[in-house]
Amino acid sequence: MTLGLLSQYVFNGLMLGMIYAMVAVGFTLFFGVLDVIKFSHGDVLMVGAFTGLATYLGLEALGVDSAVVQVLVMTLVATLSMALLGALIAKYLVLPLRLAPPLNTLLITLMLGTVLREAVRLFYPQGSNPKPFPRLLPADALSFGSFTLRADSVILLLAGLAAIVAVHLVINRTKLGLAIRAVAQDAETARIMGINFEFIVLLTFAIGSGMAALGGLMNGLYYNEINFGIGLLLGVIGFSAAVVGGLGNIYGAILGGFLFSALQSVGAVALPALFPGTSTAYKDVFAFAVVIIFMAWRPTGLIAEKKSERV
Amino acid sequence: MKRLLAPASAFPALASMAGITLFCVLFLHAESQEAVMGLTVGAVVALFLLARFGWNARAAASFAGNSGAGQASVLVGVLIVAAAFYDQHFPLLMLTTVLLYIVVCLGLNLQFGYAGVVNFAGAAFFGIGCYTAAVLTEHTALPHLLVVLAGGVMAAAIGSLLILPVLRTYGHYAALVTIAFGILFRVFIEVNDALGGPQGMKLPGMEIFGWKLNEGYAFGDSELSFYANYLLLALVMAAVAFMLVRRLERSWIGLALDAVRLDETACAAFGIDVARWKITAFTLGNFLIGLAGSVYAMMTGFVAPNAFTFGDSLILVSIVILGGIGNPWGLTVAAAIVLMLPEKLQFIQEYRLLLYSGLVILILLFRPGGLMPRQVRNYLPGWKP
Repeated sequence: MTLGLLSQYVFNGLMLGMIYAMVAVGFTLFFGVLDVIKFSHGDVLMVGAFTGLATYLGLEALGVDSAVVQVLVMTLVATLSMALLGALIAKYLVLPLRLAPPLNTLLITLMLGTVLREAVRLFYPQGSNPKPFPRLLPADALSFGSFTLRADSVILLLAGLAAIVAVHLVINRTKLGLAIRAVAQDAETARIMGINFEFIVLLTFAIGSGMAALGGLMNGLYYNEINFGIGLLLGVIGFSAAVVGGLGNIYGAILGGFLFSALQSVGAVALPALFPGTSTAYKDVFAFAVVIIFMAWRPTGLIAEKKSERV
Repeated sequence: MKRLLAPASAFPALASMAGITLFCVLFLHAESQEAVMGLTVGAVVALFLLARFGWNARAAASFAGNSGAGQASVLVGVLIVAAAFYDQHFPLLMLTTVLLYIVVCLGLNLQFGYAGVVNFAGAAFFGIGCYTAAVLTEHTALPHLLVVLAGGVMAAAIGSLLILPVLRTYGHYAALVTIAFGILFRVFIEVNDALGGPQGMKLPGMEIFGWKLNEGYAFGDSELSFYANYLLLALVMAAVAFMLVRRLERSWIGLALDAVRLDETACAAFGIDVARWKITAFTLGNFLIGLAGSVYAMMTGFVAPNAFTFGDSLILVSIVILGGIGNPWGLTVAAAIVLMLPEKLQFIQEYRLLLYSGLVILILLFRPGGLMPRQVRNYLPGWKP
């Protein structure tokens, strides 16, 4: 393998890892504040991508054809509407089940994910077919031998990085972030200190879901195609990444995201090289198998959540 | 002992079963969409009215007090419905599918209804049973009864690979293990050429001691559909699995499983081996699922990866939740509703996943116990505290 090809793999892996990390950050945020898994996260991402697409079509119909304006408006509309959707899910599905067994929350959001997925498939015009996603970013490319660095990928990578850094700053440097961390640490005490618990929970769900919408747009702009099913696999991968990193920890989620994409790349490259004749399609089998084995080794992830049980 | 307790009359249970049997015959017989819709709405209204007059509670008490007669009446009811459609393939196929899915859901019920071990890979274990049957019938001349058994053993064996991660993790982490496994299995069979890839594999019909299940019988000018053979087999399997699960639930094993689900720490403190009971429930459940899978594969004669998606696993989980977690009767009813309604009401076929998931959300929000919530364990028939 040449150096050029290797760097190509690394770069593609980074791109995927960034999308995974953005999904995983959402999972870890929700788990932090409420100790729940919102499994509809991947499907919220998909709905976000479709909202972006619909906005684009609307803008085209209105005659706005500047790519910069289109991308900005799409991002704004998709992020805000998914943030709203996330808050609504938290208010009407997750918070009412706070006292029920945790399995019920997982189930209700799994089912909501199915509802979203099926709704897009059935009610979006021809939703069951893959949809072409517009190519809106500059497609200039720099070639270094067999390695091509495309401008749009670089922009997406930087945008993803900026989003993650922004969330990190909000959580660690602002008063709002302090409130989120307080609720995550101990909801009861946070309430006594005068923090509006419900508001903080809804806000966290909004932030996480907005991130998912961004991830969905990035996914669409990178592959130039979306379909109603992308959310399921991305959701499971994001969840795996968050769990492998350690639920409740943002750094863990980012680490997990890049780790998962690294596993996939290794699976795609190493499996056919080691066992001639195997297809690269085994990369997901390999990645998930490693995740399962990993879970047996470190049941609470790389950066384990601190847990003590009151009996 | 029995003389001390006033035995509940068996009449309400038997009358209810007669009504349900009649309804099933009418429902399966209905051809037009209007008739099916009318029957469905009629049944819902009738159930509400009966509940209003306290009939449902009496029937439940009667079932509980006369479990022998009640269970026999259910078997007779299924046979009567089957006899009413002896020469038609489709209704018998549907009934058999329901019976096999009941076995699957009993397995799932054992796992997360009793022991609290979540399993979101139900369809994957079902698929392991199917593919085991496909591979064994293609490459070996193993007797088919052993093939069915091998399907169950294989599902249990592959499931035991997951035991370590499932035992070491808890809650959401454990859910991830099974979800990841379900997706891994689906991708694996889709890309594996030896297993037919996306096209899947073909299977021969089943043959047990010279009894060819894929052959119908001719009576004069009418012919018994060959699905009747599979129906009998599935009925026996469902009845045995049902008895097994009910007995387990009522025994001290069931008590230990419930304790493991409710509080692991307290369990361990009382000397109940948490790991042992989780392993037992998980393995036995997977065995039942695999068993049903191998029979299903031989009945339909065809397996393909598309039947074992994550969505299918979710349907299985929704059956257990809809019926009422931990209640074998509940999942029996729920399996019949979930599988038969979309087949008869063609226009909801397309929307069925949307409908079920919506329904499960409503159930979880407003009636977390399911349609037929699990009752407190009843050690003495007819005994009221």
